[in-house]
Amino acid sequence: MHDPESRLLGIARSLYDQFRDGTVPHLVLPTRTKKNIEYSTEDDVWVYGDQESVRSVKTIRGAKTLLKTVHLIDLLVKEHLRGNRASTLREIYYISENWDLAKFAEQAESDRLIEDLEIITGLQREDFHVRPEEDGAAVFGPLRIRERTRRGEREIHCQEDIGEAGYQIPFNVDFVEFLEHDARMVIAVETGGMYARLIENGFDEEFDAILVHLKGQPARSTRRFIKRLNTELGLPVAVFTDGDPWSYRIYASVAYGAIKSAHLSEHLATPDAKFLGVQPTDIVEYNLSTDRLTDRDLHALRAELTDPRFGSDYWQKQIQLQIDLKKKAEQQAFAGKGLDFVTKRYLPERLSELGMA
Amino acid sequence: MDTAEELAKQQRSISVAEFFEKNRQILGFDSAPRALITCVKEAVDNSLDACEDAGILPDIFVQIRRAGELYRVIVEDNGPGIVPSEIPKVFAKLLYGSRFHVLRQSRGQQGIGISAAVLYSQLTTGKPARITSRTSPERPARYVEVMINTAKNEPEIIREEDIDWERPRGTRVELDIEGSYVRGRRQSVYSYLKNVAIVNPHARITFVEPDGSTEKFERATELLPKRAYEIKPHPSGIELGELTKMLRYTERRKLSSFLKESFSSIGNIAAQEIIQNSGLDPSMDPRSLDYDQSKRLFEALRRIKLKSPPVDCLSPIGEDLIRSGLAKEYRVDFIATVSRPVSVYSGNPFVVEAGMGFGGELDRNGRVEILRFANRVPLIYQQGACAITHAIEGVSWKGYGLDQPGGGLPVGPAVILVHVASTNIPFTSESKDAIADIPEMLTEIDLALKEIGRKLRRFLAIQETLSERREKEEIIGRILPRMADKLADMLGLERPDISRVVARIMGNVLVRREIEQEDGRLRVCIEIENNTSSQRSFKLHEILPVEAEDLDPPARRVDMGDRYDYQWRIAIRAGERMAVRYMIKNHLQRMPEAVVEGLEPEIVTGARVLSDA
Repeated sequence: MHDPESRLLGIARSLYDQFRDGTVPHLVLPTRTKKNIEYSTEDDVWVYGDQESVRSVKTIRGAKTLLKTVHLIDLLVKEHLRGNRASTLREIYYISENWDLAKFAEQAESDRLIEDLEIITGLQREDFHVRPEEDGAAVFGPLRIRERTRRGEREIHCQEDIGEAGYQIPFNVDFVEFLEHDARMVIAVETGGMYARLIENGFDEEFDAILVHLKGQPARSTRRFIKRLNTELGLPVAVFTDGDPWSYRIYASVAYGAIKSAHLSEHLATPDAKFLGVQPTDIVEYNLSTDRLTDRDLHALRAELTDPRFGSDYWQKQIQLQIDLKKKAEQQAFAGKGLDFVTKRYLPERLSELGMA
Repeated sequence: MDTAEELAKQQRSISVAEFFEKNRQILGFDSAPRALITCVKEAVDNSLDACEDAGILPDIFVQIRRAGELYRVIVEDNGPGIVPSEIPKVFAKLLYGSRFHVLRQSRGQQGIGISAAVLYSQLTTGKPARITSRTSPERPARYVEVMINTAKNEPEIIREEDIDWERPRGTRVELDIEGSYVRGRRQSVYSYLKNVAIVNPHARITFVEPDGSTEKFERATELLPKRAYEIKPHPSGIELGELTKMLRYTERRKLSSFLKESFSSIGNIAAQEIIQNSGLDPSMDPRSLDYDQSKRLFEALRRIKLKSPPVDCLSPIGEDLIRSGLAKEYRVDFIATVSRPVSVYSGNPFVVEAGMGFGGELDRNGRVEILRFANRVPLIYQQGACAITHAIEGVSWKGYGLDQPGGGLPVGPAVILVHVASTNIPFTSESKDAIADIPEMLTEIDLALKEIGRKLRRFLAIQETLSERREKEEIIGRILPRMADKLADMLGLERPDISRVVARIMGNVLVRREIEQEDGRLRVCIEIENNTSSQRSFKLHEILPVEAEDLDPPARRVDMGDRYDYQWRIAIRAGERMAVRYMIKNHLQRMPEAVVEGLEPEIVTGARVLSDA
């Protein structure tokens, strides 16, 4: 078993030894940009490549960041691990108020340092008792689970024992055990509107589908939950989002991993996940009502053309088509064809194209 | 009747006044806001010139008042005053002046300026100019209302009388004009006066705007600028017509003395050489030369190599005053100034001076501000047509630390001042807005700007080093000690010695002593590491209360009574490390710090540095 305390103290020890040996203290980390992510054929996910950046005390920025890192390790070791407490990412940002020189400028900075510590230790933030503030998203479908809660174990059936909103995924997915299911597939849905539409239309029952609401860019727990449904229950996964560049990134983070958390791709990414739609070709084929692409959208699309996660022929064609069309469409645009169109026509057609129905 | 006769009948002389009436734009009265600035400018120029001639520190009062639909311009000075009989001609006769025939630097030259302003006032409002002047406290002040008879170019006095005036001496001009008052622009009375104040730091200027608000441009010096003396023309700029005129009217009776007395820079030897080259007789009467002989003399004058014209006909501002002028009107971090040696174009001596203010409250993102001056007069209009602007655009400022996107004027927090002083400024037009692109002048301005640029670059390099140094001091002084403490506390270990890391980051020479117990003795090791970028030689001292043994390398020992001074001569190359070792008996006293002699204290970490003093 891994020991978070000794791994964190190991980082402190190496900085200490650098001081003692007269080496300018520094940490080496993989470069965390899209230029430095590679496809791992072993796990079929995108992980960080060989490029490394050195963070040293030679510059004032580097020195401050390392001082903050030391403070952060101190907090995690003394308060979290030894004191058996937990804080949210946001709370950690606020705790640094008292660290004067080492105070975080914004929450993004402390979040990034936590990720750095994950990378260096090879652990996950849950191991340091750090949790995100956002709730995991919701699940609806023919699945029975057992959750270990602070108030004892609960058995829940994700259609029968819950309200219309679905079962809420806890932040630590390792506390959930899958007991039994009648499902044939998992459909991950970007927007709450479409998630509710599919439930209202009884899509989960008709197609034996577990519906997962992604709530925009999915939280780690949501991605981990989907990954486990895929690997432990052997269920195929399809991702259903809006038809715009930001939504393709949602799909990419489910399927391939996010650039920010590529060190965790093997835990979080579901390489088998398929992109269901809305595809740029759907805009043409189903004559959907659309909005014009903004300059930001176009910029994002062009950035995706050079993102290795979108390097396949399929994505290059789709993205190029969208740039040419200068149009984007929302999931809810199907409502323009009638409320049942999406469940009676679009999804069955797309699922059979994907070989899932 | 023939056509020629017909035409001859229509020909008649036109008066200068009539001419200017039809061509007011060339005198700077082409728009309403500009007319107002020009009136102020002409009056202020006259005041400054008069004060300087009389050796008086100028105290100038400028007021602009609304008078119904019109504006009233009032300019008052503490100058020498004008004798009553001259007042009408000075203000109401064009081309009447004391400077046109004199070769020395002055603001006004042709005697047009103030009378043109009077004329403009008369044309737009039909009102006379009102002049008050007093030459001495013993005499009354003279008040004159005067207009210009445009057909004859002669003054017409409307009214004149002696009056009481609170000033003991000075002149007051009051003109009503049709104009338009603007503020907050580069081209405004306010910024014109501000620029005047910059290059005339010996003047105090008080300005009352139409809304009653008062701005005082205080003087920055009590010293008058060096007086410009009159000089004789320099031969290299002379024209044939001018030469024949001089030959005809000279009072000299010999050609050789004519040459020596009429021109600057011609002495005995030069005069002889010129006469010899022209094949003329030195004892000839200059008035007797015929056209052909004059022409030969002219050619000889042009060909001969002479020394530059004397410089005392010019009155540059001087680097000190440019500096104080800029410093009093701009809040900046850095000022550079340059004064070029005197140069000549077509026989006219000229001198270029430049100054730059950088940083401080100047706009960081806009184009630099340009202040152009000719003979201490600010040039406000036609910036794009001026040799000064062209020279600034021609410098590649990137190399000096200013951005220059897409060429043209540089961008950054800078104000560039260029002053050209000459007996004859080559303006592009009669309105005196822009200096013409004379190659000699462009070259001189370019050289001045580049010198300024080099000074700026040096300043920026020092700033850079200082801020790097400050940054490093922040790292070693605050961040690293905190980090070391925190790490030691977390790990339950001793606080690590950070001096080696400090020396590396600072690029210093590290002198670090470690002491270990060994068989009842102390083993001392002094580690020396040169983190600088060059070889270092110095002396290392250990002052010990007991004798040392097993010295490696051996040291020179100086007995100091109760103590011993061990000295090592150390020479260590950049990036190298070495160690000095010795053993001493265990003793209870604290070891004093090791001492280094022969290095600057800033580059040593871990030891005390013996200062040279």
